[in-house]
Amino acid sequence: MSVLTWTWILVGLSFALYIGIAIWSRVGSTKDYYVAGGGVHPVANGMATAADWMSAASFISMAGLISFMGRDGAVYLMGWTGGYVLLALLLAPYLRKFGKFTVPDFVGDRYYSDAARLVAVVCALFVSFTYVAGQMRGVGVVFSRFLEVDVTWGVIIGMAIVFCYAVLGGMKGITYTQVAQYCVLIFAYMVPAIFISLLLTGNPLPQLGFGSTLADGSGVYLMDKLDGLSTELGFAAYTAGSKSTIDVFCITLALMVGTAGLPHVIVRFFTVPKVRDARKSAGWALLFIAILYTTAPAVASFARVNMIETINGKDGSGQLYAEAPSWISNWEKTGLIKWEDKNGDGRMFYAKDDRNEMTIDRDIMVLANPEIAKLPNWVVALVAAGGLAAALSTAAGLLLVISSSISHDLLKKVVMPNISEKQELLYARLAAAVAIFIAGLLGIYPPGFVAQVVAFAFGLAAASFFPVIIMGIFSKRMNKEGAIAGMIIGLGFTTAYIVYFKFISPESNVAANWWLGISPEGIGVLGMVFNFIAAVVVSKLTAPPPADIQDLVEHIRVPRGAGGAVSH
Amino acid sequence: MSSKSNAEAYWSANIRLMTILLVIWFAVSFGAGVLFADALDSIRIFGFKLGFFFAQQGSIYVFVALIFIYVWRVNKIEREYDVHED
Repeated sequence: MSVLTWTWILVGLSFALYIGIAIWSRVGSTKDYYVAGGGVHPVANGMATAADWMSAASFISMAGLISFMGRDGAVYLMGWTGGYVLLALLLAPYLRKFGKFTVPDFVGDRYYSDAARLVAVVCALFVSFTYVAGQMRGVGVVFSRFLEVDVTWGVIIGMAIVFCYAVLGGMKGITYTQVAQYCVLIFAYMVPAIFISLLLTGNPLPQLGFGSTLADGSGVYLMDKLDGLSTELGFAAYTAGSKSTIDVFCITLALMVGTAGLPHVIVRFFTVPKVRDARKSAGWALLFIAILYTTAPAVASFARVNMIETINGKDGSGQLYAEAPSWISNWEKTGLIKWEDKNGDGRMFYAKDDRNEMTIDRDIMVLANPEIAKLPNWVVALVAAGGLAAALSTAAGLLLVISSSISHDLLKKVVMPNISEKQELLYARLAAAVAIFIAGLLGIYPPGFVAQVVAFAFGLAAASFFPVIIMGIFSKRMNKEGAIAGMIIGLGFTTAYIVYFKFISPESNVAANWWLGISPEGIGVLGMVFNFIAAVVVSKLTAPPPADIQDLVEHIRVPRGAGGAVSH
Repeated sequence: MSSKSNAEAYWSANIRLMTILLVIWFAVSFGAGVLFADALDSIRIFGFKLGFFFAQQGSIYVFVALIFIYVWRVNKIEREYDVHED
């Protein structure tokens, strides 16, 4: 069977599964809609969190990024996993004990202030919309490349599927589809990785193959081979970094605290029955994530060796274009790979210096990897189903945050507190439907700045939510004035820095101009530090929080007495 | 002991445990994977340079272990100070 037939079969089966789950998990109460009734098993929640967290970027783009960055790619590997340690130790159990529905709920109640609640709602909406635009775009790209459907139709099909289970099933529908999506995406990621590891190193575990010798009998370690190829072609050695140490440090930390502060991740821990389940669930989530995240750097290195050897030929003299494998011309159609025969010898060549004749998009490293390694058609088709699972699961989690921010935090808590539960649920579904529509539009007509604003999402979460929640739990003395001052300073500083380098003066976005050598990707760390300093100073100068708030802090620190999540 | 002093004792035991685990968290990622990665790269384990290994593999394994160690220890501490759920 052809790749196209296989892809329709696998994608069709996975979509039928998601819709089946949506019908089975329809909900009728706000508690079911916002937190799945608070009865999700910690292992299931861990799996759902993993799917929620691993987006189109993790599945499609990350290995490619690492492949081109070498050791510096570790900023994503450590940055997008280390935050779970912070979540499990510092945030999840206490927010679960607090027992409300959303992150703005915590900020608003702990700091007894609707102003703080509104700042949190605006941040949550901004972060979630930024993120969801990228997911819908990922859906469109997968459809157009693998199913030969127009991007617009791809996005519309994706919207219809998400609509089914997010609007009908709310958090309950999302949770159980995410469990299924995790299984699909991890299978789709691991199968080609295992195949390629076997072919290249003879070791079926990619994590071990990564550190093994090549299977061609030369006895050379894969990493040494890659270092050799890289330096020969004018690149930095693969295992040496080229970013400055302070920048690597700051980007990694910004991604970690950003992860721990992202509302769609935090809210997943409101769905488990007990405080200790919240901690355990974070452990399972990270374990499930680590399976992909420890495979990704191995895939990155395998793909790079394969790609260089395919394009430059085994002997390094360049592959004749006329005899090149079919994946090159397939991907040329999508514009992800380009060849320009500069020296007119009819051979392709890839290098860092002026011998280079190739333009290669990073995303190709995962999408085309099975074809590059000449794997069977059904494996190639799996990648499409996996990429769609990753994009749809993350999109659904974000849409729920958007919907609850509007129906619960904005309408119920601020604008019209007297609405009934039925009305609130109706508004939640309406908000989700509108959000899906907007996300779809962003996917069909992607604004040019999507890639630039991703740094924003993490920077803002790091500079706003993380410090405010941490101080809300670990300091009884922190008051409303301190928290608001901290958020404004942290957000203001981070926003100004990123807007300046990404939008106002993008040509000056080079290391020499950065403050302390920190890139806009890592600046959320300084924003966070300023947030902490401002909050502590202002809170010392103003009155301590009321006694009932101090009691609330004591209450959330101790596990005993946690009920289900409640709305009032 | 009253429940209030129990809660306070539990909280300081919890903070102590968290501090130890976060020091390890910092040491494997920012220590071995970033700050001292170049120095550690002179040591080799199979095909890996050690600093590179911590940056792209080792730190993630340690993160997973840290959470499960925390879950196990803090559940014991909760019972010890009688603040556990039901």
